[in-house]
Amino acid sequence: MKRSNAPIFWTLFGAGGMLSALIGPMLVFITGIAVPMGFLLPRDFLSYPRMLSLAQHWTGKAFLFLVVALFLWHGAHRILHSLHDLGIRAGAAAKLACYGLAMLATVVTACALVAIGTDGS
Amino acid sequence: MPDERTIEIEVLRYRPEQDAVPFFQSYRVPFTEDMSILQALQYIKDHLDGTLSFRWSCRMAICGSCGQMIDGVPKLGCKTFLRDYFPGKVRVEPLEHFPIERDLVVGMDDFIAKLQRIKPWIVPREPRTLAEGEHLQTPAQLEQFLQFSSCINCMLCYAACPQYGLDPDFIGPGVLALLHRYNADSRDGARAERMELVNAEEGVWSCTAVGYCSEVCPKGVDPANAVNQNKTASALDYFLRFVLPKGATR
Amino acid sequence: MSGRRPYVRPMRGWWRRDPFFVRYMIREATAVLVVAYAVALLVGLVRLAQGEAAYDAWLAAQRTPLALIFYVVLLAGFLYHSFTWFEIMPKTMPMIVVRGKSLGPRVITGAGLGAAVAASLLLLLLARDFAR
Repeated sequence: MKRSNAPIFWTLFGAGGMLSALIGPMLVFITGIAVPMGFLLPRDFLSYPRMLSLAQHWTGKAFLFLVVALFLWHGAHRILHSLHDLGIRAGAAAKLACYGLAMLATVVTACALVAIGTDGS
Repeated sequence: MPDERTIEIEVLRYRPEQDAVPFFQSYRVPFTEDMSILQALQYIKDHLDGTLSFRWSCRMAICGSCGQMIDGVPKLGCKTFLRDYFPGKVRVEPLEHFPIERDLVVGMDDFIAKLQRIKPWIVPREPRTLAEGEHLQTPAQLEQFLQFSSCINCMLCYAACPQYGLDPDFIGPGVLALLHRYNADSRDGARAERMELVNAEEGVWSCTAVGYCSEVCPKGVDPANAVNQNKTASALDYFLRFVLPKGATR
Repeated sequence: MSGRRPYVRPMRGWWRRDPFFVRYMIREATAVLVVAYAVALLVGLVRLAQGEAAYDAWLAAQRTPLALIFYVVLLAGFLYHSFTWFEIMPKTMPMIVVRGKSLGPRVITGAGLGAAVAASLLLLLLARDFAR
């Protein structure tokens, strides 16, 4: 029987799922609830200078890239299978749409992080 | 004082030679506290309607013959009791996701064919003479596969599995659990051959971890665990196959 | 000549037949919210790369009442994802034998949820440290 290539996407799905299960709720809480309300963190926590310095440091870049990319690959895989569960077959078109968009978004994320640059010091 | 209570059993009928499509037929069956669904069906066949067809054998949840949908849930007829539904009616249908042959009898051909494909026997690691005596196993080695050897081939897990319903090519929970039973047995040496089936799209990769198969299994086999832990094994095999010639096979 | 005429029942609406399946579909649907959050962050990153004015506009959009509702919904979805992820995790793991007996699923789920709480607290503490 033909070997499936599913392991590639399943591994990305698993990594994204684990990451989002471990720190997803807290990330959402911080960015969308805590900071705008000034609760547990200052209201200016997500300010441009601070976030720029985070994104310019290699650890910040790695963290942001992993969060955005892995969350997207997790979602793409699960959505593809949910479409299949709803009767929309996981044919080549569906796979291209889901994984293709995830790949596109991953590339955009990488480009944005590169464009942000490093602080030079 | 004899029990004069009765209960309504609604059965999905289908006689291919006379019915265009399946339809429900109701019967009123005498009720006692100790009766099973199977006994109700047997009463119908013996006293009310001899044309009703259904599989059964041991009537004690070990042969795996009497699987049915009872109020939409896959169960063994001999292990499901009328008292849990009384005084309401009980709806009995053939196992979901299988073609109906006649009344409650489903076509098992697909399941049997898949069962044969996985080599459901111990293939010794090395040739062994009688003089060498029996294989020895520690309790820990036995623990690795014992649970998965409890399968009675009742196919309730296939009736539970929506992925099997959507893609009948899927090898399915029960057969994959049996495949794992042999791979996990320290006496067996055919893991590499069985992995070919595991690694296919029709192997573990059709599973989406719904988990209902393990919920309905009457023997506690936990096929969901057998299938999903083999996703990791399959992924390791996929990524390491160039580094290790035999993949991650022991 | 065979009188067989097997009848195949349709799968349409299968997931509405049992609460177990409904819960499964909801569990899988949390993926949409995970993607929604990732896209929100992605837009923020792109705006960050485009300079202070663009980023501040994105930041302002995250503080509207509508955004708050969006994030509350996201939080609910992420929490359900987290719980169901660790609930299904034991099924994905090989047997772990401890002192002759296999480790039960509740222990594994508990360990996973514990790790999530610890990781979340660590993240919050790191953020507070970074804020200083």
